[in-house]
Amino acid sequence: MRFVDEFRDPALATALIREIGVLSARLERGRANPIAVMEVCGGHTHAIFRYGLEGLLPDLIEFVHGPGCPVCVLPMGRVDDCVAIAERPEVIFATFGDAMRVPGSRKSLLQAKAEGADVRMVYSPLDALELARRNPGREVVFFGLGFETTMPSTALTVLRAAREGIANFSVFCNHITIIPTLRALLEQPDFGIDGFIGPGHVSMVIGTAPYRFIAQEFGRPLVVAGFEPIDLLQSLLMILRQMAAGEARIENQYARVVPEQGNPAALKAVAQVYEPRPTFEWRGLGSIAGSGVRLTEPYAAFDAERRFAVPDIKVADPAACRCGEVLTGAVKPWACPVFGTGCTPEMPLGALMVSSEGACAAYYQYGGVRGAAA
Amino acid sequence: MCLGIPGRIVAISDPDAMLAVVDVSGVRRTVDVVCVAQESAPLEELIGVWVLVHVGFAMSRIDEEEAAATLKVLAEIGEMDGEMEALRTGSLDLLPQAN
Repeated sequence: MRFVDEFRDPALATALIREIGVLSARLERGRANPIAVMEVCGGHTHAIFRYGLEGLLPDLIEFVHGPGCPVCVLPMGRVDDCVAIAERPEVIFATFGDAMRVPGSRKSLLQAKAEGADVRMVYSPLDALELARRNPGREVVFFGLGFETTMPSTALTVLRAAREGIANFSVFCNHITIIPTLRALLEQPDFGIDGFIGPGHVSMVIGTAPYRFIAQEFGRPLVVAGFEPIDLLQSLLMILRQMAAGEARIENQYARVVPEQGNPAALKAVAQVYEPRPTFEWRGLGSIAGSGVRLTEPYAAFDAERRFAVPDIKVADPAACRCGEVLTGAVKPWACPVFGTGCTPEMPLGALMVSSEGACAAYYQYGGVRGAAA
Repeated sequence: MCLGIPGRIVAISDPDAMLAVVDVSGVRRTVDVVCVAQESAPLEELIGVWVLVHVGFAMSRIDEEEAAATLKVLAEIGEMDGEMEALRTGSLDLLPQAN
């Protein structure tokens, strides 16, 4: 496939891995710990495992899997809220497939569907809007989920609904933003990350300028990366080169898709439709100020939270799970007592095991449970 | 959810609604093109353009020149490979030091 195959060239990968090996060996001198690089985006986590990059790289490079998997950071109580909305008889609840199996405290959306709730899996928010057009007697609620990557598509769908006057469409808005989250991570006292692989498709929307504080205030390099193995290896090499030169800058390896200024049309729609919530609760990370958004007053009619009485349920994660520590990179999935036993992709306890972008699902699928004893 | 897929715009299906047809490896689907349209140009200008498609929206034009530039940098690393190998057969200490 065009723009994909070129970035999977094994000869290029070999050359990059050699350079990374040489440079990391040089950087290792005088270091007590491995070089820790956080890939922020769950799509990158998945790609790293799918292509087995960790196994190809020197041991002294450690990937730490960041919080950029929207399904994984969704608190259990929000799933309960979704189920409560979906179980209303007048509602068709439309969601991306990723969210279907995330466990709530009572049930997942998939279980709710099996019990008779009208839950539909959609590819696009536009498909949810089409459901509203075709079912004028029903209330269609779209589960708006994801970082800046999916924020514009939900916003543009709301604008479309407003333009067409589709009154039976609303959004249960659980969109979240990455910048306050990265700041919260960096402000942790013992945050041992040397550099970041920046999220490619979030950056396609927001551009590269919002990351500058990471280099300027926290002295860490960040390289915005594409999703093919060559992209990831080249980005890692760019981070190591900055470290070797004693620099911390924001670089863009994924310039074929990410313009430095982001996408003006997408940002305009986002600014029109959303405003920050004072605070938003994340699974494993607690509440982070300014990290979530809700619909602005002019689009209040499309806000499912105002249209229905959403219970706003708060539930603690299962006590045995260590999702929070895995999300912040403090422990590997293998360190969790229920990994691969009480929590599997078939019967997940924690959300990190649900999405293919979740760190636990990636470890399980590609790494097996072999590390569990380690 | 957050991965996109490259496709090529093959037709404008509804210019007023800003919808176009995109071809992704032979599969065709209607997508929203608000994020890749230029205000100053007619939508037909998009036909033949490669875009990154994400949950039913063309979210970014794929810049062929930038793709070529990235690959060129990478090819140079490939060319350096022989040289690196020669260096590696010696001691790592022969490499220039960062500090």
